[in-house]
Amino acid sequence: MIPVKIEEKLFQNRYRVDAGRPHINIINQETCRVECKTQECTVCCPAGCYTAEGNGQVVLITDGCLECGTCRIICSTYRNVDWEYPRGGYGILFKFG
Amino acid sequence: MDEKFDAIVIGAGPSGNAAAYTLAKSGLKVLQIERGEYPGSKNVQGAILYSKALEEIIPDFREDAPLERHLIEQQMWVLDDESYIGTTYRSAEFNQEPYNRYTIIRAQFDKWFSKRVQEAGALLVCETTVTNLLMDGNRVIGVQTDRENGAIYADVVVLADGVNSLLAKKAGFHAELEPKDVALAVKEIHFLPEETIQSRFNIGEGEGVVIEMAGKITQGMMGTGFLYTNKDSLTIGVGCMLSDFKQQKITPYELLEKMKAHPAIKPLLAGGEMKEYTAHLIPEGGYKAMPKLYGEGWMIVGDAGMFVNAVHREGSNLAMTTGRYAAEAVIDLKEKKLPMTAANLARYQGRLEDSFVMKDMKKYKNMPEIFHKNNHFFTTYPELLNRAAHTMLTVDGVDKKSKEREIRKSFKQRRSLFGLMGDAFKMWRAFE
Repeated sequence: MIPVKIEEKLFQNRYRVDAGRPHINIINQETCRVECKTQECTVCCPAGCYTAEGNGQVVLITDGCLECGTCRIICSTYRNVDWEYPRGGYGILFKFG
Repeated sequence: MDEKFDAIVIGAGPSGNAAAYTLAKSGLKVLQIERGEYPGSKNVQGAILYSKALEEIIPDFREDAPLERHLIEQQMWVLDDESYIGTTYRSAEFNQEPYNRYTIIRAQFDKWFSKRVQEAGALLVCETTVTNLLMDGNRVIGVQTDRENGAIYADVVVLADGVNSLLAKKAGFHAELEPKDVALAVKEIHFLPEETIQSRFNIGEGEGVVIEMAGKITQGMMGTGFLYTNKDSLTIGVGCMLSDFKQQKITPYELLEKMKAHPAIKPLLAGGEMKEYTAHLIPEGGYKAMPKLYGEGWMIVGDAGMFVNAVHREGSNLAMTTGRYAAEAVIDLKEKKLPMTAANLARYQGRLEDSFVMKDMKKYKNMPEIFHKNNHFFTTYPELLNRAAHTMLTVDGVDKKSKEREIRKSFKQRRSLFGLMGDAFKMWRAFE
């Protein structure tokens, strides 16, 4: 597989980050750490917002989020993602779309 | 805002703009709410515009709409790791006005469409997210926004809030989407000089090419890739079912990067400057996954209603058409002074059923399931076809009859005779 730095792709995009107010939250950290063996969010998020830590923990940083909805729908077993759109005017601002 | 509107339209994409435009044009008092900085800033599409659906709404759209290139050539590629076998259809007829299809850049196109909506008389409020529908019992009476004193009321609310359809889900109108009902697409836009694009794709000024791709590039997942020519940029992307991403644990941007490195694709992109990377879900669940489309004081249009024809790559045209039909249902009721009850709004569904929208949705109702259960259409066959072409086209002293035997044997070995017959039947079922 070709190594890809997602940060370099996202760097091209325009965002207005709502600092301190993430629009997506993991509902129960323990569900990710203990119950979920597959953690697809850490692989399939197209902006790489979810990271699998060595201790089983999943860390979510929404700054680069493209607001697609993948993480919410892919978590179909546990429904452990609290997903809202950012406040009006915040988040990704596509220049071309 | 204490005033009450005839209709509130949530979202300023193709479906919302079509609805708001049609409603405002008829003289109704319309509020349109968009969460982006400007219409288009949250929207993603390939993007191909099919003229017909827009013509029905704004007949003179060609005069000032930001259109990139009109399409004169369509290519279909079936790819193996190192090769592709494909078809090309190119016609001078596509060079005669009025043109049938254009490439567009959505951030620009949606902004233009929205300007027309506002000129028609609708009030647009941007940078405002609708957080909930306001209910009186089971009747929608307005929306709650994230603005201060953010409750706004209307006789009817048109939900044009896109594929995630959060508002209808929160209101209990439909369940959460399943991974098998959506495709995840990622794409990039690469800028190149206009003349480079024209010489590289053998086209003149204003002329464009579409390349649709299937096969190994999706790494066994159900999906397709695409490459579109814009005026001075190329759009390259790939979309596959989210259930396949989930099951096979594939990272979307790695998939795209590998596709871009394919020996047949890489030279087409050479020298381009990547200026944006986007991701978006496409509601590809088809007819069987469609939610209820109307109720007491509400209607769902566009992506939120699963209006996508995955086989024919149609979506924004269905969005515009459904937006227009929803608006026409409201206009009809207003003229007759009838309330926006579910029983009365059923005429929206009636319009859909009588049109190509539902006829096409129903025609392909079995398609998603058949392809979900038969991934070899996206793996084995592309490989077999490419190997067959390679065998026939390599001049190596082996006689042609032996080559044909070898090809037949390879198909039978990989799929068995019954498998081949079964696949033919499944294809027929998917498209009947």
